[in-house]
This record gives sequence, C-alpha cells and structure tokens, in this order.
Amino acid sequence: MAKMRGAIVVDIERCKGCNLCAIACPLNLVTLSATVNHKGYNYAEQTDWEKCNGCTSCAIVCPDGCITVYRKKEE
Amino acid sequence: MITKEELIIPENKVYGKPSLMNDTPMHYCPGCSHSVVHKLVAEIIEEMGLEENTVGICPVGCAVFAYRYLNVDWIEAAHGRAPACATAVKRLWPNKLVFTYQGDGDLACIGTGETIHAMNRGENIAIIFINNAIYGMTGGQMAPTTLMGMKTSTCPYGRQADLHGYPLHITDLAVNLEGTCYVTRQAVNTVANIRKTKKAIRQAFENSMNKKGCSIVEVVSTCASGWKQTPEQANQWMVDNMFPYYPLGDLKNTVTE
Amino acid sequence: MQEGFSYMAGVELPGVIVSVGRGGPGLGTIQPGQADYEQAVYGGGNGDYRVIVLAPNSVQEMCDCMGKAKELTFKWRMPVIVLSDGMIGQMMEKVVLPPFTPRRTDEEIAKQCPWATNGIGLKNRQYNFISTLELDAKEMEARNKRMTAKYNQVEAEEVDFELYNVDSETEYLIVAYGISSRVSMKTLEMLRESGVKVGMLRPKTLWPFPNKKINELAGQVKGILCVEQCEGQMVKDVRLATEGQAPVYLSGRSGGMVSSPQDVLEDFQKMASECATKSCPKGYWMK
Repeated sequence: MAKMRGAIVVDIERCKGCNLCAIACPLNLVTLSATVNHKGYNYAEQTDWEKCNGCTSCAIVCPDGCITVYRKKEE
Repeated sequence: MITKEELIIPENKVYGKPSLMNDTPMHYCPGCSHSVVHKLVAEIIEEMGLEENTVGICPVGCAVFAYRYLNVDWIEAAHGRAPACATAVKRLWPNKLVFTYQGDGDLACIGTGETIHAMNRGENIAIIFINNAIYGMTGGQMAPTTLMGMKTSTCPYGRQADLHGYPLHITDLAVNLEGTCYVTRQAVNTVANIRKTKKAIRQAFENSMNKKGCSIVEVVSTCASGWKQTPEQANQWMVDNMFPYYPLGDLKNTVTE
Repeated sequence: MQEGFSYMAGVELPGVIVSVGRGGPGLGTIQPGQADYEQAVYGGGNGDYRVIVLAPNSVQEMCDCMGKAKELTFKWRMPVIVLSDGMIGQMMEKVVLPPFTPRRTDEEIAKQCPWATNGIGLKNRQYNFISTLELDAKEMEARNKRMTAKYNQVEAEEVDFELYNVDSETEYLIVAYGISSRVSMKTLEMLRESGVKVGMLRPKTLWPFPNKKINELAGQVKGILCVEQCEGQMVKDVRLATEGQAPVYLSGRSGGMVSSPQDVLEDFQKMASECATKSCPKGYWMK
C-alpha cells in the first residue's frame, strides 16, 4: 500500500525553541532538544522520522521558517 | 524502505522558508506572530511574482525592522503614518503592490487619523494590522485595543472602563467606510488559521493590484513577552480572551470576481 | 507638539513639558543626544514666542526642576520645557524627594489665577476666555509687544547658571549642560591636575541664556570650548554672547554617541594650542 514518507530538516541556529512545532505536530514527533544552539535556545528536533508523513504542520507554524519538509510517496 | 538520505533531496522538498525571506535572524521573540505573518507575506509576494513590483511600508513597533527580513523595497514610516506614506506611494506608482504592515499601537492609536482617512478615501493599498492588544516593543503598555480587565504595565490593576475607556474595534469601524472593499480578521495560531490568513492577505494584495479599494487584514496575534506568557500559553490565552472580543472571519467583502 | 507650545505661549497658559533628547534626526536612535536644543529654545511653532528652558544635569536636579518649573510657569504664564537627555533621563542616582504639596483649593486658584476658565466666581467678574485667535493685526502686534516686554523681564530675572573653578585667573572656559557638563567635570579635573587654569560655566537655564556672564568671561579668557552632544546648536548662542571677544570651539559627539572625558580633553588641547595668544582671529570657525 502506498504510504507518505516525510522527514524534516531544522535550521538549528535559526530556531528559538518556541515549541510551537512540537505542539502542532499531529503525530508528536517533534521535541525540543536537550542541547542548545549558539544563542542558548533548545532547538527543535524530530524523533522517529520513520513515522513522519510530511504533513508540513510543524513548518507552517514555525515563526522563523526554520523547518524544511521533504515528502515522497512510497509504493 | 526509503532511507533518510534518499528522502532528503531537493526533488522531494514540499515546504521551506520562502526565498524572499532572507537569512537575517529575526529579532522577534520566540513564538511571535509577527514572524509567521512575515513568512506568509514573503510566500505570497513570491507566488504572485511581484518581488520587483512591491513597496512595503513598515511601522514603528516590534516590526520596525521588517525591512531587514524581506527582500523587497521598504519605507520606514513615522509612528502611525504608514497609511499616509502608502497613499503617496500608490498614487505615484499605481501599478505596484503597496502594503502597510502595522501593529495596534501604531494603527489604532497614534495612527487612527491616517488609518481612517486612507480607508475612507479608498486608497488601493493593503493594510496588514497585527493586533496583540498591547504596545509590545516598549515593554507591554496598555493600547487602545487592550481588553477589559487585561493587566499591562500602565494598567497594572487591569483595564477599567471609567479610567481607561473601552477597547477600540477599529476594524469594525472600517466596515462602515465606503472606501474599504475587504475587511477581515484572522489569526495564525493553528495550521488551519495560518492557511486562512494566507488566503486573506493574498486577497488583499490582489485587491491592491486590481485597484478595488482599501483592504485591511487584522491578524489577532499574541505577544508572549508583553503578556508575560510562553508562546503556547499566549496562543491559548488568545483563544480564550481575544477571540470572543475580536472574532475571526470576513467582516466585509465587496469584491466581485 | 510645537503647535501646542505656540498656542500655550500665545494665551499665556502655564504648562511644563519634559523633553528627553536622543540621537536623531527622524526616528533616530535610542541613545542620548542634545540635538533638541534649537527645537526647545527657538521653538518650531509659528509666531513670535519664547519658552523657558531648564537644563538639569542630575537625577536630583531633574526632580527639583519640576518644582521650579511649576513656580516659573505660573509666575510668568509661559510654557517651561525641562530639557534633559537620554543619559540624565535614564540614569539612577539617589534622590531626596520634596515634600508633597496638595492641590490648590478653589479659592486659591481663583485668587492666584484670575484668568482661568473654570467658572469660579463668575457671578462677580467678567467672564474669561482663552483664545489664540486675533483678527485685528494692530491688537496682535500690541499683544506681541506685551509678551516681548515680559520676555525681557524674564531675561533680566531668571537666568541661572553654575560656575566651576572660575576666578580672575581663569584662562579657558568650558560651557556645557546636561550630560556634557557631567563629562566635562571629569575633564576639568584632569586639566587642573596638569595646572591648566580652566573653569566651567554650566547654564541651568538655556532660555534665558547666560549671555551677560559669558560676555564678561569672554573678555578674560583665551578660548571657550562649548561641549554638546550634537552637531553644534548651543555653540551659536555662546558665540553670539561673546561678541567676538574670544574664539568658541565645539566639542561633542552626535547621533546618540556621548563624549568621554578623554574626547573633551583632546578637543580642549587642540583649542588651547590654537588660542595660545589672547587674540580672536576673524572667521576662525568658518573653515
């Protein structure tokens, strides 16, 4: 059965750790990292990318446009 | 089973930061609604192919540096005077997209005269109005749009009618002006609302290009720092308190297809 | 805003305005500046009028200024501007607050301000009206002449300044107000340590300006350094006051930058080297 496979790439230096992406993700695949970037923000990262379907919710709510989403239909 | 390296290739990209939005880190607080709307404006201008035909007028307020983030030509207006500036630009360059981007302290307080009259004259401009019911940049003071009972640094016991009057529904005033063709209130707190806001701003920009009159898109927004909350708390507070007073939806749309 | 001052001056309405200057022009910077001197002293509103301008240089003085401003504005019935800058306006220092004075009673107001429009005692007096309009030019001229006579009286009575280390031996003078005077006090210390006979005149009222004292000292000193954080506004008034008796040099930063004592020292030394002999070359400042 065809399945949508997705993955995100976060610009971790641009991220301000606002957490809105984590709240927006319908599959709870985004959390704030325990590591901080150069500005001291806990940047967002995706856990379990295999479960991501590339819905782009996280990227749409991201205020700073830090998230790039890739998606492909897997047959 | 596809690997991550096979998935993350340019052909599979479905969403990214619009290229019109440059890489300059934005100074807005984490979770600020300003940044989301900037991103939408960049996407729309790109989609409409108007990069070389746009003049943006930025305000005084947190968005005073909007000109740093979007690669279009900008004019920095004095506090509240953006509609006056936009009037001049649009009349001198009638075929350009001219939009103002203003906060509530800018548009609904010091700029009330300019706002009402630009809308009343039906200037073919798009006004983007970021309403977070507070003066954010200067540290969270009360604005004409501040809600009843809301606590800010200049009404620390909460806004009271006898001392401070009532919150100003300036977009409702806009509905009754004949010069406005499109008046709407949106928000950017959820994916669904962001999509609607994008459609609304796109409509406003098209109205400016098609010279249909004045459009105003109010974006009911958060100010996490001014409200002294986290971004997620601010979004919830907005839903609970701002939306009942500033309800979302189209208030006026006289543009026939 | 300036329109408001013109109207207030036109009907002799008391009022105190606090103006805290920063780097400009336009939206400008948020750092301190003294580039609003001309705007305050010469006004931008239409017509012939003057306002009193006070120039505090410490937090205590800013506090005391308010009482003085209120006294002056009601005494002379003209607007008073307290002209501060972003440094004096935002710094933190110890302050002794004055005792609280309650609001005047109706009787006191009726007695002290018989011109006020509040209806008090109307049965026993002609009604008052406050209006800046005057259709008869002769009447307007008469009004202007009355105000000029008043302004001359203010100039005779209300000039205020402070002298630091000024005596009959003083060879050089620094003129500075607000933050510039605080910075210059350190420069003064540095110069006096190396034996330079320099003093400072700190205007506390910018209008009326201490013309007489500067004129007197200009006859004695070899050179005057006017220190202000702008491109040169008070310096013109200092030059006018000297009547060409001594050269007046300008020192200061602008746009929100503030001089350091070292900056003022270097400008002083440049001035002193050019003014070594007591003579005032014509056009020395028109380079």
